[in-house]
Amino acid sequence: MEKCFEQTGIATEEMVKAKFPPMERINKGAVAVAECYQRIPCNPCQTACAFNAINVGEDINNMPEVSFDACRGCGICVSKCPGLAIMIIDGSIEEATVDMHIPYEFLPLPEAGKTVKGVDRSGEYVCDVLVVDVKNPKSYDRTPVVRIRVPRERLYSVRNIRLED
Amino acid sequence: MRNCELLIIGGGPAGLSAAITAAKAGARVEVLERGAHIGGQLIKQTHMFFGSKKQHASTRGIDIADMLLKEIADLNIKVHTNTTAVGIYEDGVVTAVRGEEEYIKFKPSAVIVATGASEKALAFPNNDLPGIYGAGAVQTLMNVHGVRPGDDVVMLGAGNIGLIVSYQLMQAGVRVKCILDAAPKIGGYLVHASKVARMGVPILTGHTVKRAIGSDKLEAVEIVRLDERFRPIEGTERIIEADTLCISVGLTPLTELLSMAGCKMKYIPQLGGFVPLRDENYRTSVENIFVAGDTAGVEEASAAMVEGCISGLMAARQLGHVPEDFAALAADYRAQLEALRSGPAGRHIRDGIANADL
Repeated sequence: MEKCFEQTGIATEEMVKAKFPPMERINKGAVAVAECYQRIPCNPCQTACAFNAINVGEDINNMPEVSFDACRGCGICVSKCPGLAIMIIDGSIEEATVDMHIPYEFLPLPEAGKTVKGVDRSGEYVCDVLVVDVKNPKSYDRTPVVRIRVPRERLYSVRNIRLED
Repeated sequence: MRNCELLIIGGGPAGLSAAITAAKAGARVEVLERGAHIGGQLIKQTHMFFGSKKQHASTRGIDIADMLLKEIADLNIKVHTNTTAVGIYEDGVVTAVRGEEEYIKFKPSAVIVATGASEKALAFPNNDLPGIYGAGAVQTLMNVHGVRPGDDVVMLGAGNIGLIVSYQLMQAGVRVKCILDAAPKIGGYLVHASKVARMGVPILTGHTVKRAIGSDKLEAVEIVRLDERFRPIEGTERIIEADTLCISVGLTPLTELLSMAGCKMKYIPQLGGFVPLRDENYRTSVENIFVAGDTAGVEEASAAMVEGCISGLMAARQLGHVPEDFAALAADYRAQLEALRSGPAGRHIRDGIANADL
């Protein structure tokens, strides 16, 4: 584990890339990315997945492994992860952008169709992003999921949004 | 004097889990709770819990509290709220104060002490200025009473509580200026750290508070970098404007009742301070006194609930109530604790418990 990550909580680009599926898979359609970098006792992502696509294993301290082949990108794990460490990415929508479905537990919620600030893992502004939709059904249990459209070259940097300056 | 079979002191996650398990086994259980409501710290935990399904992982603490409260009601467990246990005597009598003045006595056949823990304080100049709180107090203000503690917060402590309370402050619309921790690394789960980091909050490890600044109330906090031996590095001081400083530098078990009862105690730093020695059934050195939760050693609430189940099951057996599936239940609870503690995050707990064996 990177020393600086243990001091800042900000994953490096190498760490992030290691958790992402290959671009070929991203371009096929929605798929989960679990940014879990530490062995802690936790396995609800595995329990939540109806397609057995997330494996933690016998020892609940193991880090989850997402099977990118088995994952259908349904997104149920996004709101179930207590660490809010999972997002869905989908490169099949447009040539120049990737859609990201990120958990967002703040009010006010962004509005679909609006442009908001895309920020990185340290909260720094990266680029403007379009809010495609906001889902907040009862089954998400108060962890709304916001779908944002991100320029492809910002795939590994955008991870959050900011509504105001 | 009120005779009762099993008296549980403390209505938090450990005490309620113990009460439910013992009552299901057939014990007649009463619970003493010093606050106006049972549920303990769960009633302000708006975040989802870790662990696995059996410890309600992915469920929010507030909802786990509701589940426990419903079971307590369904099992007709007698709960004495606003009732503070103040003594356990040699003859087994437990004394308590109800409300402000009423002094009552209980004569239980067995006791489970699940009094939890209290926040540690920190000494620095002006640490008594209004606006300086324990992180738990801020969480109570916000999440129980709906009161915003301030506008600009400095958090001291990057353990799970410091990180979680910082996140919840931001959810309440409060600015968190930075999170400090004297340690060289973040102590809490890194997923919690990443949640606050991507909201733009800097986490400054190897830093502490040098002094609080303000006349009638907190106006600013002077912070300083520490070297690897935790000594302040001169010239690295910085002033950060803030009206609120949250102290989250750890918890210490509330064990006065156990000391008074004559339980063998030991100072175990990994468990937060003085804790009672206990056997694998959470039985202390004094006959018919059991322990569970943070009182036995500071740990996550998930583990406290499982410890409660074990002590409740074992206390019930001691009183002659042995459920048919006793062996299976005991094995299951032990396996759950083992799973929660077996990773690197549980190492200090394992080391501490190895030292606390009766």
